Amino acid sequence: MTLQRPVPRLTEENRFFWTSGADGRLRFMRCNDCNTTLHPPQLVCRKCLSENVAPQPVAGTGEIYSFTVNHQKWNPALEVPYVIARVAIDGAPGVLLTTNIVGCPVDSVKIGDRVRVTFERQGDIYYPLFEKT
Amino acid sequence: MKRDSAYITGIGQSEVGVRLTRSPMLLTVDAVKEALQNAGLALEQIDGVSTYPGRMSVFLGFSPIGPDDLIEAMGIRARWRSGAAEISSQLGAVVAAAQAVRTGMCRHVICFRTVYEAAALANPQEWPPLKRDTVDGGAQWTAPFFAYSAANWTAQYASRHVERYGLTREQLAQIALNDHANAARNPRALVRKPLTMDDYMASRMISTPLCLYDCDRFTDASTVLIVSAGDALDEAACAPVRIAAMAGTVERPSWDQTEFMACAPTGRDLWKSTDYKPGDVDTAQLYDGFSFQAILWLEGLGFCGTGEGGKFIEGGGRIAIDGELPLNTGGGQLGAGRLHGFGYAHEAVVQLRGAGGARQIPGDPRVAVCASGGGPLATALLLARD
Repeated sequence: MTLQRPVPRLTEENRFFWTSGADGRLRFMRCNDCNTTLHPPQLVCRKCLSENVAPQPVAGTGEIYSFTVNHQKWNPALEVPYVIARVAIDGAPGVLLTTNIVGCPVDSVKIGDRVRVTFERQGDIYYPLFEKT
Repeated sequence: MKRDSAYITGIGQSEVGVRLTRSPMLLTVDAVKEALQNAGLALEQIDGVSTYPGRMSVFLGFSPIGPDDLIEAMGIRARWRSGAAEISSQLGAVVAAAQAVRTGMCRHVICFRTVYEAAALANPQEWPPLKRDTVDGGAQWTAPFFAYSAANWTAQYASRHVERYGLTREQLAQIALNDHANAARNPRALVRKPLTMDDYMASRMISTPLCLYDCDRFTDASTVLIVSAGDALDEAACAPVRIAAMAGTVERPSWDQTEFMACAPTGRDLWKSTDYKPGDVDTAQLYDGFSFQAILWLEGLGFCGTGEGGKFIEGGGRIAIDGELPLNTGGGQLGAGRLHGFGYAHEAVVQLRGAGGARQIPGDPRVAVCASGGGPLATALLLARD
């Protein structure tokens, strides 16, 4: 049985992000006027203040910018160790997505590793996790 | 004395411990009484109250006492008060107080930080823990990936430093070793037993590369600083310490969208409003709730270049009490306890007044820098006896 992850409260800003995996695609909010990727998602562009923003799909690949192997059981149900990483997302310059690296031994993860998104569905939420490629 | 400056006139601290039975309000009152005596002020002269982050009902052990609680309990006649979470960081409460006295809104402000996390953890019926089943705001970008703790968030900045600049475990260990050595000379420190490099290297990992000794532990305590107006110093009886400069810059209020923590722009900006330079600093008291944060503060404040923090503290001699830049002389948060930011300003005042006893740095210290916060939280204060 997979441990229930904390559930994001869905809002006008974030609903697309947390449900994006329904069609297997990862999306980020992007400004249609100046092309800035807005993460965390906003309804206005932080570069040009345009409200012409919309979720846009990305390839779903990226590179591990940094990571940590967590060994601490922050609650009794947690299975440790596991990898938490910040992934630099291809096609979304400047965005570093905090996520988990799954499907590989924890001691095989390195900064610079190439990764691809895989979604873990729990209820209405599709959690974007990443696997090494 | 500079009449238009703000000064720290009094410092106080309660008992520091783990699972204390004395209530957090009474710990706070203990610290206030000591600070009043230390400043030579009477409670009737206090007309302002400032704290961080204010009473937090969702996580009461983290901050059980707000400004209103203290005003009511002690019968303080406050002309100004503040208890805010969305400020530069813990010591942002001192920045707010300094602004208040400099603009004439009040004259003597009690600034306090009371933590009760250890006692709260031991008694979840009375002190409900933080609920994390549903998350929003910034927490939604970390908690869903079981990145619950600032240890996890800080560790990823540290990993990057290891990869890019070659930070070693032996270098990182110097923060914890120095804290433990200094805490052993501080009668109020939480941890009084020494730490060896072997102990450090053998300890279990919490979140790589941070091991047990790189992380502070829940503590019960209250720390108080009294901030007074420069034209009200004759009302006190103490050796006042001037707040010579303040900074609290953030470029992205985020734990994961930045290359460096907010200590980088904050450290840079601290020097913009003063003629003092990093080379004038006699002691540094820098946030080390996680050891690595102190390394980034050393870099951010310009004591060394970006990426050079590990080499700067290598061997520990430079940051020891008798070194060229004594660091966290009271034991920091890894030794003195998780006083959550306020301990650094408290210790800076102790040192500038020559009141450090067995841990007093040599010479005649005139200038100290103290800093609180990690991630998007950062406040730096330059304190001077000038």
